[in-house]
Amino acid sequence: MNATENHAANANERPVLELRNITKRFGSNTVLDGVDIAVNTGEVVVLLGPSGCGKSTLLRCVVGLEDLDGGEVLLDGEVISGAARSQEARTRMGMVFQSYDLFPNLSVLDNITLAPTLVRGTPKAEAEQRAVKLLERVGLADKANDLPSTLSGGQQQRVAICRALAMDPEILLLDEVTAALDPEMVHEVLQVVLELADDGLTMLIVTHEMSFARAIADRVILLDSGNIAEEGDASFFEQPKTERARQFLSTFEFHRAGR
Amino acid sequence: MGAEFLFQGATIERLLGGLLVTMRISLFSVAFSIPLGIVMGVLFTRKNRVLHVILSFYLNFIRVMPQLVLLFLVFFGSATSIGINFSGEVASVIAFTLWGTAELGDLVRAAIEATPRQQYWSAYVLGLSRRQTFRHVILPQALRSMIPPCVNLITRIVKTTSLCMLIGVVEVVRVGQQIIDFNRFEYPYAALWTYAVLGLLYFAVCWPLSRLARWLEANNSLRRRHRERH
Amino acid sequence: MNWGLVGSYVPFFVAAAQVTLYISFGGIVLALLVGLLCAVVRLWKVPVLEQLVGAYIEISRNTPSLVQLFFLYFGLPKLGILLSQEACAIICLGFLGGSYMAEAFRAALEAVPAVQHESAQVLGLTRAQAMRHVILPIAMKQATPSVVANVVFLVKESSVVSGIALADLMYVAKDIIGNNYDTLEALFLLVVFYAIILIPVCLLGTYVERRFTNGR
Repeated sequence: MNATENHAANANERPVLELRNITKRFGSNTVLDGVDIAVNTGEVVVLLGPSGCGKSTLLRCVVGLEDLDGGEVLLDGEVISGAARSQEARTRMGMVFQSYDLFPNLSVLDNITLAPTLVRGTPKAEAEQRAVKLLERVGLADKANDLPSTLSGGQQQRVAICRALAMDPEILLLDEVTAALDPEMVHEVLQVVLELADDGLTMLIVTHEMSFARAIADRVILLDSGNIAEEGDASFFEQPKTERARQFLSTFEFHRAGR
Repeated sequence: MGAEFLFQGATIERLLGGLLVTMRISLFSVAFSIPLGIVMGVLFTRKNRVLHVILSFYLNFIRVMPQLVLLFLVFFGSATSIGINFSGEVASVIAFTLWGTAELGDLVRAAIEATPRQQYWSAYVLGLSRRQTFRHVILPQALRSMIPPCVNLITRIVKTTSLCMLIGVVEVVRVGQQIIDFNRFEYPYAALWTYAVLGLLYFAVCWPLSRLARWLEANNSLRRRHRERH
Repeated sequence: MNWGLVGSYVPFFVAAAQVTLYISFGGIVLALLVGLLCAVVRLWKVPVLEQLVGAYIEISRNTPSLVQLFFLYFGLPKLGILLSQEACAIICLGFLGGSYMAEAFRAALEAVPAVQHESAQVLGLTRAQAMRHVILPIAMKQATPSVVANVVFLVKESSVVSGIALADLMYVAKDIIGNNYDTLEALFLLVVFYAIILIPVCLLGTYVERRFTNGR
């Protein structure tokens, strides 16, 4: 897979993605209050935080779906925020949404080949070949010609991941990709994401699945009311440093009084 | 019962000939309305104030006026105001096209606006340009959801063509009247039978179309529900 | 356009507007009654009646109103059923509108959650009581936007009664065009009068629709 080759070629420590002082307001409400994050090549960073802490907004700011009120987004050391983002700049980051949002009018295969053929001018046959390979990786090669509406949520989300990967993004952003799924489908999607991490894909992940976060994260960032409350490696889950982090982690545990 | 006249001479052929005129007017009107309606709907979603005011006025004028008034405006108005004498049939096609374009334009607008925002987001992060997004993602979805109302509109236009006789078009109802006049003295029940047959003819055309529209509609919402469940 | 002529024709149009309003009003009331009856028959699945109502709705919706009107006015007298022009016009509008109103009511009745029926049943209300005091009030509110849309539709459809020489707006306009050749003046007044009648109803429809969607 191309993403992996890229990583081997420039495995220096310069961050792929760098967020500097990202600020975002909705009216008088400051959602992101000067957030700094750097994601290195091949690194998997997991963003945690209570609902409404600004995690999803942060991802949307990174890909350019929201305008910034301050700060800048750098990709490979190059500022890409500010002016309207070029098609080329957009294709360098992939994003998968909570509700998968496949194009319902297109077959699974066409969903995946649409952007490569339209934006990159990849010949149709070549794009389809690659799409089939991606589908094989997520175990959906037999669904290539089906319409998205005939697939289960978990299957649709796996197709959405393929669709994003088809553009060979330098970094993949995942915004609560399992939040809309039935519990029994969560695993099949997260398994795919774990395999991507093993292949060295750089990712910035927003999730509520704690065991998944623990398994995949090279680094964890806890976001709280627009600020970074704590940042650390996987030990975050066992030994959180701040009171805020302890409090957050305790919301995922259950205790019965008297035991 | 005195309905023998229906099977005498060329009565049936004449009625079918009239029906042909009816269908011709309907099909031409629909054929013009579909592309014009798509253009109008797309223009409607542009954020251009002037364009919006003009199109809203056009849509609401068409909505408020009875179709018969539109027919009169085109048929009588064109001769007096711009000096062109349209034949009744041409005037009918123009009037129904004006109507169909407005109705379809509004449907296209609504369908485009109903496209979930997430579709735009997905296209954006994949790097599609605005034009590509519209052409390959938004418009195909909008047009698909338009098929049932479009079939419905055809049914309504077919029914409304009966009004064309009031501006002198010899379509199926007018042919029916001629047949009644011709048989008046010999067959006193001519009016009863002829109008019943006319109703039947329209029913034979419109009923399958309504069923089709309903079936497509049910099919669409079934698919939509299916999608939502997952 | 000759404004003096326009002024002189206004009284004719005022009289004609009264005919249009009178016919429309009668037709709408009849349509509401027919529609409600049909909707309840279909909801309760009354045998035989249900099939009849089904057939009526298909016929009403899939034939032109002008043909319905001509059948009533020119056809039925041959069977000894003699009706005045006004009666024909009102019955015709009621026949046409009844099916549209029935669909509006049926959709609204079906949208009433089953739990409402069940609650009424558990409370010991008879089916008629439940319908009268629980189901109908909920459904009526739900049906209002479609009903208003049908009202607009019926006022517009009333223009076909000029086909049986009832002196409504359409007929008067046609008369002036045919006899006096004052085409522009007649068309102008025709548009203005329909606008005066229908714009308020349309605005009411938009208002109801908006209130309804906001209220949810």
